[in-house]
Amino acid sequence: MRVPLSWMRDFAPFGDDWQAVAAAFDELGLVVEQVEHVGSGLSSVVVARVESIGAIDGADRIRRVVVDAGAGPVEVVCGAWNFSAGDLVAFAPVGSVLAGGLRIERRKLRGVVSNGMLCSAREMGIGEDHEGIVVLEAPRAPGTPILDALGVAPDVVFEVAAETNRPDAFSIAGVSRDVAAWLGLPFTSPDPVPVLSGTEPTSALVEVVVEDPELCPRFTAHVLSEVAVGPSPPWVQRRLTLAGMRPINNVVDASNYVMLELGQPTHPYDLDQVAGPGLRIRASHPGETLTTLDGSTRVLGTRTVAPGDDRRDCVICDATGTAIGVAGVMGGASSEITAGTTRVLLEAAYFEPMAIARTSARLALRTEASARFERGCDPEGIDRAVARLVEILAISVPGLRQAPAPIDRRGPVPAAPVVAVRVGRVNAVLGTDLDAAQVAGYLEPIGFSCKTTVDGDLHVQVPSFRPDTTREVDVVEEVARHYGYRRIPRRRLRPPQVGALDRHQRQRRLVREVLVGLGADEAWTASLLAPGTHERVGLAGAELTVANPMAADEAVLRRTLLPGLLGALAFNAARRSGRLRLFEIGHVFPPPPPDRVRVALTHEDPDVSVVDERELLGAVFAGEGDDGASAVSAWATLADALGLDDVDIDQQAIVGGLHPTRRGALLARCRGEWAVVGEAGEVDPDVAEGFAVSAVAAGSEERRVGWLQLDLGLLLDAADRRSPLVAPVSRYPTSDVDLSLVVADTVPAGAVHRVLRDAGGEWTDAVWLFDTYRGAGIGPEERSLTFRLRFGAPDHTLTDDEVAGLRAACLAAAERRLGASART
Amino acid sequence: MVSVLDDGWLGEVLAQVAGASTLDALHEAAVELTGKRSALSAARQALGALPPDERRVRGQQLNDLRAQVEAALAERRSVLQAAQRRLRLAADRLDLSEVLAARAPRGAGGHRCVPGDGRWGRGRVHLVQRTRDELEDVFVGMGFTVADGPEVETDWYNFEALNMPPAHPARGMFDTFYLDVEPPDGVLLRTHTSPVQIRVLQRRRPPVYAVMPGRCFRRETPDARHLPVFHQVEGLVVDEGITFGDLAGTIESFTAAYFGADIDARLRPAFFPFTEPSAEFEVTCTICRGSGCRTCSHTGWVELGGCGMVDPAVLVAVGIDPERYGGFAFGFGIDRCTQMRHGIADMRVLLDNDVRILRQG
Repeated sequence: MRVPLSWMRDFAPFGDDWQAVAAAFDELGLVVEQVEHVGSGLSSVVVARVESIGAIDGADRIRRVVVDAGAGPVEVVCGAWNFSAGDLVAFAPVGSVLAGGLRIERRKLRGVVSNGMLCSAREMGIGEDHEGIVVLEAPRAPGTPILDALGVAPDVVFEVAAETNRPDAFSIAGVSRDVAAWLGLPFTSPDPVPVLSGTEPTSALVEVVVEDPELCPRFTAHVLSEVAVGPSPPWVQRRLTLAGMRPINNVVDASNYVMLELGQPTHPYDLDQVAGPGLRIRASHPGETLTTLDGSTRVLGTRTVAPGDDRRDCVICDATGTAIGVAGVMGGASSEITAGTTRVLLEAAYFEPMAIARTSARLALRTEASARFERGCDPEGIDRAVARLVEILAISVPGLRQAPAPIDRRGPVPAAPVVAVRVGRVNAVLGTDLDAAQVAGYLEPIGFSCKTTVDGDLHVQVPSFRPDTTREVDVVEEVARHYGYRRIPRRRLRPPQVGALDRHQRQRRLVREVLVGLGADEAWTASLLAPGTHERVGLAGAELTVANPMAADEAVLRRTLLPGLLGALAFNAARRSGRLRLFEIGHVFPPPPPDRVRVALTHEDPDVSVVDERELLGAVFAGEGDDGASAVSAWATLADALGLDDVDIDQQAIVGGLHPTRRGALLARCRGEWAVVGEAGEVDPDVAEGFAVSAVAAGSEERRVGWLQLDLGLLLDAADRRSPLVAPVSRYPTSDVDLSLVVADTVPAGAVHRVLRDAGGEWTDAVWLFDTYRGAGIGPEERSLTFRLRFGAPDHTLTDDEVAGLRAACLAAAERRLGASART
Repeated sequence: MVSVLDDGWLGEVLAQVAGASTLDALHEAAVELTGKRSALSAARQALGALPPDERRVRGQQLNDLRAQVEAALAERRSVLQAAQRRLRLAADRLDLSEVLAARAPRGAGGHRCVPGDGRWGRGRVHLVQRTRDELEDVFVGMGFTVADGPEVETDWYNFEALNMPPAHPARGMFDTFYLDVEPPDGVLLRTHTSPVQIRVLQRRRPPVYAVMPGRCFRRETPDARHLPVFHQVEGLVVDEGITFGDLAGTIESFTAAYFGADIDARLRPAFFPFTEPSAEFEVTCTICRGSGCRTCSHTGWVELGGCGMVDPAVLVAVGIDPERYGGFAFGFGIDRCTQMRHGIADMRVLLDNDVRILRQG
């Protein structure tokens, strides 16, 4: 809202120190977004009389003008054509600096020296008009300061952003009250002067029926006669302009003026254009249409815009029931004020704020009126607003008459409460040490009247213009605002606990560090996917969708991190940076079964969420030489970092979207039980190609992309079971022997590894695969796996016989359990 | 042949040693001068023919001579060995700057990617995640714990329990994504991490001192400063005797700890449905350090987040007696902090996961 300082002065004696006013706005939570200085730089601009106008050779857009500003003829060059010799114009001599910093210099145009400038309203910063220069209507002596001649003074306009809960702060009077209280200035609001009374009572001129008092708790109607539509007085026009509204005519201007000043929107109808004449206020019929003042056809009651919305828009109808306005939002075109209007029917009402908010949202139509009604106007401020409007209009219509006994239909108008405020509570919330008199001292100047109780506490009557204040704590906030947030003594918080991350949070950071250590960069990809994306990565089944997506391709909640990371790879590949490892930690959203939703909606158990959201780690390995092995290797490193000693991979498991013979489910042992904690392998080449992850691969050779995805919840649950104690190591040397086994391709190396490790018993120090061989001497569906076995005992050096015995036991176990044979 | 006892023999021998230019030549000289067939050995064998007194004197002379020759050989050997080592190492030169020079842009394939190969280099934690970790660390240092929660929420947790009943006008502040789950409008993507506050308060009685970082969603068109998916951290304190002074003190301590001692915080009255009194908090503009610039619209201050005393209605919603317990809450954007700290002009660059961006900071 634009607030001219000069207008504020109608209500309190604000001084010239605009910075103090701006600071007060800020301290009170009325944020000043911009300060505009109007009419500054006009001190040297004066009235001048045009003496003569002449053409300039070779120029058809500019003319040579001689003016007299009281000190003899001065020649200027001017591009405006809206004046003639003898006119009085605004003249800025050389050396003037206009608003916006425009410095007037002596210039030569087409060989003619220009010794100043004739100014338009916009150039002087006093209006928007830039069609031509300002030509004064009233006679003024040349040399008169232009500010005097135009009757304007330099002004400061504050652009104030008020919070949505403060309807009073959406008016000049309201913010003036707040700021005056802060600055310790008296706030006054003079009573409007009444006009002549009409001959017939209002009820004889118009009939009003409020069919739906829920939507319209108070409706008043007034009839003004002897109206002559014309321009408003200049000062009214100027104030409207400063406040950002365009002057229209004296009736509409008076309505807008009062809305800006007091925050109460009103609506003037041409009484003779309203059927009946009468007004009916009712809920819209679904699909009902109406042409509003802006010429648009509006369809009412069409859709819900908030939970619990009953889709009822409040409409104003004429006596025949035809809608002639959307209540509180915008009037209809049929009954607007025209030049010929002589009788005005004035509506001033209090509409249910929520209803206005919903209608405004439904129609996507936000007006000055709706912005005020949806915050909650002062239902008791209506009479004053009407009186002020009539007073303003009467300035330009001296013969104006107002019909007596205006119609006032009152329904369930909210009553401003009396709130019991305990002084001790004020201090307990704020950490202050105020007494009752001090508390009242902050409240009274902003319209809250306080009575001290026998206990020394306060009964506070909330003013009707503060619907945001209904409870003790709301009053506490008012005290805090006017005491000053800045002055409240600061205290150092001393929590009775030690701050710490929990185990899961620490380990999540460790997982990140491991991935980063493996050269992977962390990415954050979209949680919302395009429909069909899951199918593209081989993931069938139900999915959770957004009911009101912003775009069609952001409608499905992801169930896997794979498409996001492949997309990120493709983005980088297209920029010659596709040889990457990327990882992400994020939530995925399996669709919830109805039972789960039902339980979650009871809100009784904080550990039950609607969706069994899983926090996943996903990683793609697309660097030089990367393949599925890179992913499994990363998994091994990660498992080791987390203290998971028992891990395995099950390549029989089916995992969608991955290379069918290069993928598996990842297993970890947690408390003796094996659990699937994720998947690893290679992205199916067709899937990878579908995402163009190797768009510019050198030699367009197909690139393998390793893939690792782990459920962090399951993984970290399994992790950290390792004993904190350090086991002693043997002082005696160990012995290494190699064992080459021929096994069928169907036998995983992991199974052989496990058998060998178990067979050696407690003297087995380590077992690892160090060579795989296929070829001469080995059958077609077989391969030779060579393991190194390291044996050692804690209490002696193993003898050759003992080592040979252990090796034989390992071989025997592999033969017996896996059908392996020693390679010869 | 010159006798070893002649004047000048020793001088000639020492010159011969000094003249040996390689270790091989020195070895030959050593054999010639001190070996079994050397003049010294021959002279020692000849001692037996001398009378005892003379034999003793002559023997002593020969021992001295041998010692001097061997000392010269040893000294020469060490000189030649040092020279040879120098040559060997000189030939062994490695241009270590090649390693640095070979670093191609991330992802361009400059390095072989071998797991565990140090040349592959480290990756980076996401810029926003790094900010989140730093913020968590500051709050942990101040005595807070950290709480997580679901991103899909119910209307009750996201709005109603936070003093925003259905159709509350303040809901207009939060453009919400609703999900296709029955009943309609009941399940949504959380618009802030405040639902975690409610879950924390349901889970445990006060005292509560916790921060809740996480991902949030608002149905807003992305621009340079806002993404529809963003991250915020909220804080919640509920205990006996908590005042606005504790809130203000906490905001100021945090600001100094995270942004530095020269960055101030200030509170300004504001409106939020879940706090009363409410405040917006601003910090000294980190770009101009308060002197005024375009980023802060020449005010010297940048708005960071909102805060306030927990509204009694919120405590009542989770069954906590607002007469006995009070508290405060605050919240602000992690992405905003990232943007401020790293000078990211347009947040939308983060949507691409462009490695040229991810690798910075």
